[in-house]
Amino acid sequence: MREIPSVPVVITEIIEESPSIRTFVFSRRFPAEPGHFCMVWVPGTDEIPMAFSAQNAITVQKVGEATEALFALSRGDEIGIKGPLGNGFTPSGRTLAVAGGVGAAPLRLLATSGVADDFILGARTADELLFPEELAKCTNLQCATDDGTYGHHGFVTDLLRAADPTSYDTICVCGPEVMMKAVLAILIEAGCPENGQFSLHRYMKCGVGICGSCCIDPTGLRVCRDGPVFTGDIIVESEFGSYARDASGRRKSF
Amino acid sequence: MVTLIPGEITVGGVRLHNHCMLAAGVLGTTGASLARMLRAGAGGVVTKSIGPEPKEGHKGPCVAVYDGAMMNAMGLPNPSHDFIGELDGLTESPVIASIFGGTPEEFGEVADWFAGRVQALELNLSCPHAEGYGAAVGADPDMVEQCTRAAKHSGLPVWVKLTPNVTDITEIGLAAERGGADAIVAVNTVKAMRISTNFRRPVLGNGMGGLSGPAIFPVAVRCVWELYEACEIPIIGCGGVSSADNVVEMMMAGASAVEIGSAVIEDTEIFRQITESLYRRDGGECPEDIVGCAHA
Repeated sequence: MREIPSVPVVITEIIEESPSIRTFVFSRRFPAEPGHFCMVWVPGTDEIPMAFSAQNAITVQKVGEATEALFALSRGDEIGIKGPLGNGFTPSGRTLAVAGGVGAAPLRLLATSGVADDFILGARTADELLFPEELAKCTNLQCATDDGTYGHHGFVTDLLRAADPTSYDTICVCGPEVMMKAVLAILIEAGCPENGQFSLHRYMKCGVGICGSCCIDPTGLRVCRDGPVFTGDIIVESEFGSYARDASGRRKSF
Repeated sequence: MVTLIPGEITVGGVRLHNHCMLAAGVLGTTGASLARMLRAGAGGVVTKSIGPEPKEGHKGPCVAVYDGAMMNAMGLPNPSHDFIGELDGLTESPVIASIFGGTPEEFGEVADWFAGRVQALELNLSCPHAEGYGAAVGADPDMVEQCTRAAKHSGLPVWVKLTPNVTDITEIGLAAERGGADAIVAVNTVKAMRISTNFRRPVLGNGMGGLSGPAIFPVAVRCVWELYEACEIPIIGCGGVSSADNVVEMMMAGASAVEIGSAVIEDTEIFRQITESLYRRDGGECPEDIVGCAHA
């Protein structure tokens, strides 16, 4: 049993990406690969899982108590980072990234490391598209917005169909689970679910594979330790897209 | 190293595939993860502790991992009655439901939910960091006796898991025995705390937590030893077991079987690894001859 330290870091920069999404850059780099996450300790509030959007940054949507506490922090404040944790993306060959909303966070690291050839980025509206300029520099970027304020008027799945999923060796996906489920359905239709790599989000208490709060049905795989990235063939017959468990372990439908 | 003859065993009214069970609180929130650990070679599995009301548990950090030890303060998160549905398909398997309550009545209520659904109950009278539950009840011999008696009304075998955070653990073990317990599980985590010098506050969200892992193995062996001297009912050793030799050592102290929890952090295949070196069809010793042999 080896120590898994929560490393204190200083927040050196806070970037407002959208009204509800901020990137927190910190004083230290971690050896995070695309898709790895960390447990972020906001002292006095909680510890929550968050994907690395860079080796020295996390990108966070304000959704609850802990993220609100994070948003209340300023440059110079300290948080604890435990990580990198989990198994990230393992792209090979021609690679497409498909992101929805704040799901672009882990895929940014994939793009900036030069691995993603093409990138499909979606959001509800133009203001909420994450990292469009940066992603356009290192990938062939296509955007979709639900309200048509930028790019394709519609969903990332429309662009994915048009892009021909079978022309890619790896398709890395992160976003709302309903969106990811729709992406998986397209890959199944195209006969290549195993080429899809999906980054799952589940309630996590420990983040290190011991407590079991993030296990998925019916395999009992731990999202924190066996994932958070799973290939489509692993999650096709699972709770994915149907339900998840809350902090108490009760099932909640999507 | 000492090896044992393989085969099914019966301890505290439960038929087990081998001597090594999954301890409560580890990968036990869902039926799927319990089934996974049985497939991975666990001789039996104990569920996450289930109580009378759903609980979300403490705020994080909930777990801190160190060299040779880990500390947790989950706060008894559980889905309460909803958990029963998780056991569909496992009713014939060696599953033991860990339950908790604040009073004998609550223990009795939760115990009844599991009748016909599991092979036995394990009473959590020992969690060191949940106000009004666990060790708060389990340090009082009269309460332990009453809670055990209340759970026995379910008709299921009852195991009582003890806290090491008492002056004399045998007093609690004897209380469980008086209440009709079928086995004692010793021990739960050791009450503990670490402080982040950088943040000048405890590292766990709850402040206080429970220490587990190899660091507490000597404490667990001592508790099993003392209980074996004092009690008649079988003892299940728990606390820092992480190798086949640890299993044998626990048994020599007096344990009829063991539970393994924290070592799962190394590898979910830990049960397979341990049982592969623990058992030998040729040359293995009879397990009954090993249990308590160090007391001779």
